[in-house]
Amino acid sequence: MELAQQTEAALGPPDLTAKQSLRSVKSATMTSLMIGSVVAIAAPLVAIVWAVVVRGAAVAFHQFPDFFVKEIPNIARRPGGGMGPAILGTLMVTGAATVIAVPLGVLGAVYLHEYGGKNHFSRLVRFMSTVMSGVPSIVMGLFIYIVWTLHFGYSAFGGALALACLMLPVVIGATEQMLRLVPNHLREASYALGTSKSRTIVTVVLPAALPGIVSGSLLAVARAAGETAPLLFAVGAANAYNPHLFEEANTALSIQIFGNATSSFAAAQDRAWGAALTLVLVTFLATLAARLFTARIARKR
Amino acid sequence: MLTEESEESPARPYRSGIPTVKPAEVSHPVASSKPESPVVFDLENVEVYYGAFRAVSRVNMKIHKNEITAFIGPSGCGKTTVLRSFNRMHDVTPGARVAGGLRYRGAEIYGPNVSATEVRRRIGMVFQKPNPFPKSIYDNVAFGPRMSGSPKSKADLDFIVEKSLRSAALWDEVKDRLKASALGMSGGQQQRLCIARTIAVGPEVVLMDEPCSALDPIATARIEELMRELKSRFTIVIVTHNMQQAARVSDRTAFFTTELDPKSDRRTGTLVEYDRTTKIFSNPGDERTENYITGRFG
Repeated sequence: MELAQQTEAALGPPDLTAKQSLRSVKSATMTSLMIGSVVAIAAPLVAIVWAVVVRGAAVAFHQFPDFFVKEIPNIARRPGGGMGPAILGTLMVTGAATVIAVPLGVLGAVYLHEYGGKNHFSRLVRFMSTVMSGVPSIVMGLFIYIVWTLHFGYSAFGGALALACLMLPVVIGATEQMLRLVPNHLREASYALGTSKSRTIVTVVLPAALPGIVSGSLLAVARAAGETAPLLFAVGAANAYNPHLFEEANTALSIQIFGNATSSFAAAQDRAWGAALTLVLVTFLATLAARLFTARIARKR
Repeated sequence: MLTEESEESPARPYRSGIPTVKPAEVSHPVASSKPESPVVFDLENVEVYYGAFRAVSRVNMKIHKNEITAFIGPSGCGKTTVLRSFNRMHDVTPGARVAGGLRYRGAEIYGPNVSATEVRRRIGMVFQKPNPFPKSIYDNVAFGPRMSGSPKSKADLDFIVEKSLRSAALWDEVKDRLKASALGMSGGQQQRLCIARTIAVGPEVVLMDEPCSALDPIATARIEELMRELKSRFTIVIVTHNMQQAARVSDRTAFFTTELDPKSDRRTGTLVEYDRTTKIFSNPGDERTENYITGRFG
């Protein structure tokens, strides 16, 4: 015993310093790989935003706010004009699509998670929703073209229907995911207070899941706002303001980007960059507004 | 200190918590001269199944008004399962089924056309883990009254919230921050908030499923004190793992244990003994009860 103590004293304090080993080499390698991946992910993102802002800002903010309010020139090679009708068109098409898809999607997800569970019907619906999310947007546009546009003609609403079809599976999936995250003890607490299932869902489950539902829906909206293919079929083309949702051909920013960017005139190409920046800004502002809204709700808790 | 108490517990008559029990009654607790308070729950061969599995077999007992009844026993003995059958919480568990007669003041809880929400408004429940809603303190307490449907004015609601928080001994701590989130409170405060939320509905019975198991000894003592205060207005049934707690607060104690079901070869919960707490802890009638309370098993 005494001997052991003596040897311990002779050895001095234990060596706790970091040692070079295979493990530390592995650690350094993995860390640099991860940093590299982050850079690789961020680089295209920054490059895209940079290109759009540099080329678009000169067009879009030249004699502000002309570009955002003026009508699209009928003669493409002439410089000037604006994207006013396309901004309105994008807001109308995505707005109407959101109004259709979000309530449907949220209600559908509530059924699937809170009522259907694992029965055959809800399994089928969940499966179909997954399949639907894989349908290419141009096929969705073709579908709306056949069932709607051929009968009622071009309109912003036709485009909204196509976008709603694209958004629906995203909203259903995101909402169901969020409902799954609501802890069961909150539902039990509500039931134990003599609250019916339906009121529990409205007053406890949905408010708890709201921030997630909003983010999920927003993702769907942002993606839908940039969709071009289905709108080409359903919305048609216009250069003047068309505030009527159900009547006449309309236009949208994505359609204008496509049309102007493929044009051979420099003025049109400039307008395409301006429209691209405008679309980024519109999506960004919508996202920001929704985030502020959810943050306010979250703070109330 | 706790170990000392547990060694003493079985032999010591309880002074605190059971003021109504006189020493004379301890020796003849069943043939008590004191008039029994009315029966609130009458269980007749109650069995609970999860699918084909019988979790609890044949429980027969009567729970009395304005008393605290404690369910004790080892894990998996079915005490929580029985408690949850009192306010039909099993309805939301897929596959769960309650058989036998379970009457609340003479009315069949599992009778035809009985609404689970009606049952739960009369029989509230406090859970093991404090589970306030992610809302303000005020909204948590006002939740039940708002849900009961009857239109209430702001003043009425304020009155109910204050009364409930006072009953739960929480008013003085939170009166200046009723609009603050309930999630910012301590665990003990959250649990008292859950009690306030439960009694705001105006129930006659409060079921408590291990209400102190997530709390420290000081918070536990406050909840126990609260239970003794609430006893005059509510009938309380509490599930607890803590034998000292059962001995301290309850008037009657039911001891559950598990036994092997010869039919299914699986363990099933069963009620061993149900009597006045003083009797259970001083002179239990069943050997298994004695083994459990003296710490020889479980």
